[in-house]
Amino acid sequence: MKENYQLYLFVLPALVLIIIFKYIPMYGAIIAFKDFNPLQGIMNSPWIGFENFKKFMNTPDFTNLLGNTLKLSAFGLLFGFPVPIILALMLNRIRNVALKKNIQLVLYAPNFISVVVVVGIVFIVLSPVGPINHIFSLFGGKTIDFMTEPGYFRSIYIISDIWQFAGWASVVYLAALANVSQDLIDAAKIDGANILKQIIHIDLPAIKPIMVIQFILAAGNIMSIGFEKAYLLQTSMNLPTSEILPTYVYKIGLQMGDYGYSTAIGLFNSVINVILLITVNQIVKRLNEGEGL
Amino acid sequence: MFKQQTKADKTILALNAIILTLIVLAILGPLIYVVMASFTDPSTLLNSGLTLNPSKWTIQGYLRVFKDGSILTGFKNSLFYSTAFSIISVSITLLAAYPLSRKDFVGRKVIMTIFIITMFFGGGLIPTYLLVKNLNMLDTVWAILLPGAVNVWNIILARAYFQGIPNELREAAVVDGTSEMQYFFRILLPLSKPIIAVLVLYQFVGQWNSYFDAMIYLKSDNLQPLQIVLRSILVQMQPRPGMMQDAQNTAQLQQIAEMVKYSSIVISSLPLILIYPFFQKYFEKGVMVGSIKG
Repeated sequence: MKENYQLYLFVLPALVLIIIFKYIPMYGAIIAFKDFNPLQGIMNSPWIGFENFKKFMNTPDFTNLLGNTLKLSAFGLLFGFPVPIILALMLNRIRNVALKKNIQLVLYAPNFISVVVVVGIVFIVLSPVGPINHIFSLFGGKTIDFMTEPGYFRSIYIISDIWQFAGWASVVYLAALANVSQDLIDAAKIDGANILKQIIHIDLPAIKPIMVIQFILAAGNIMSIGFEKAYLLQTSMNLPTSEILPTYVYKIGLQMGDYGYSTAIGLFNSVINVILLITVNQIVKRLNEGEGL
Repeated sequence: MFKQQTKADKTILALNAIILTLIVLAILGPLIYVVMASFTDPSTLLNSGLTLNPSKWTIQGYLRVFKDGSILTGFKNSLFYSTAFSIISVSITLLAAYPLSRKDFVGRKVIMTIFIITMFFGGGLIPTYLLVKNLNMLDTVWAILLPGAVNVWNIILARAYFQGIPNELREAAVVDGTSEMQYFFRILLPLSKPIIAVLVLYQFVGQWNSYFDAMIYLKSDNLQPLQIVLRSILVQMQPRPGMMQDAQNTAQLQQIAEMVKYSSIVISSLPLILIYPFFQKYFEKGVMVGSIKG
């Protein structure tokens, strides 16, 4: 135990940075309960209790913002979660190694493109003079300005997210599938199981533990998803569906300078996030014979 | 093979191949469109879409992007931020992960809990911004390099990797009189290349592709990373003045703006797309290690 001091030195930099950049802001979040004035500072600004929270819940935007945030996340999870699993199951059945490698190369590529560029591509592809509208017009359809129609925002967000990340997300499932023993598959074949049956009785059970963990993590992120992308995809016209809590926090706080109020909204968002995480973890534990995080 | 493939299996495999082909096409489609559009004369593109007629091809877009220089400045800045950030972040991560991987490290549980809480709960945007401001780091490179340097998830990945290395190795080294410091640098790190490669790749790509921190913390033009320059061109539709010299009217301005968009996408995405196939073998191994034991 004597030489352990070296080990403490090893952890020190990470610990110091975490305390400064994570825990001090947690303390700073008390400005949500204060009438914060930068000149007086966090300590000396007067307490106002839950005023900021009340103000937020009474704004006409409240239900819409909360609804937008929850819907975008829930639909994203609903459609985005299964895709990587299906992709992995499909890829796993490609026997030609070279072909498989090439398909993977293409599937992973969008993950390495930045969100800014992906949103740029979305704007280009969906523009009124872009290729999609070009194809529509060949079939006599009307020109649609996708980016200004609130009705399209969620679909655009979710589909482009799947386009960008689903391939990469399938890596963990593929890794788990690689551990399935060929003997098991061969035995199933002798028993007359076709591919679908092999998938249901061998492949899916093999990746179940990872599915559970991925699902809990995704659900835990349900309220904090995609600020960066939602903000880029916003146009003044699609705000009725594209304004979500994190983008609102940014606008109220950094663009309008209402620090205390903005922090309250952010805190509200985080608290819902934690509640969702705990709830999902409990439900999964119950369904999954006591296995959760 | 124990048995001939059944008819049903053959159908499923064929269907599988067809669907995967369609998915590959759906992923490549937009990318190919942008690349081809970047070489197409803007008025042709506007009127009839892509063309196979070489007389309508042009490299004007690329010339204008290079003429302005803001993309090149962004490129240099991003290269610096990404390199410095990966070095700082991965060093801190590895150093912290090693003691936390040791079962005999007193305080392991407490420190781990302190770290993990931050994965699920944070002070939020404004308190973090105010802190960076109070530390006088606004509009400095430190605002980009330090606040996000510790990534708890990466510490968990590295810890899982270290736990997979037999403890007997360390015990033998200790018997030989090796200190913790020597064991870590001389024995453990050389054995950890796959996980180090993966962490560097994650942090480098993550930093290269991020724009948000730069958007809120940096004001000076000469500090802006590539993504901020791209955002103004692609999303805010404001090409840099240098790209728009000698445009004679609004229609022409618009056409140039379009061209510049396509070429900047290609120029900015090409390096990562070109490098990444070489990393593939590393990251699949590393991701597997992390995901299964993590």
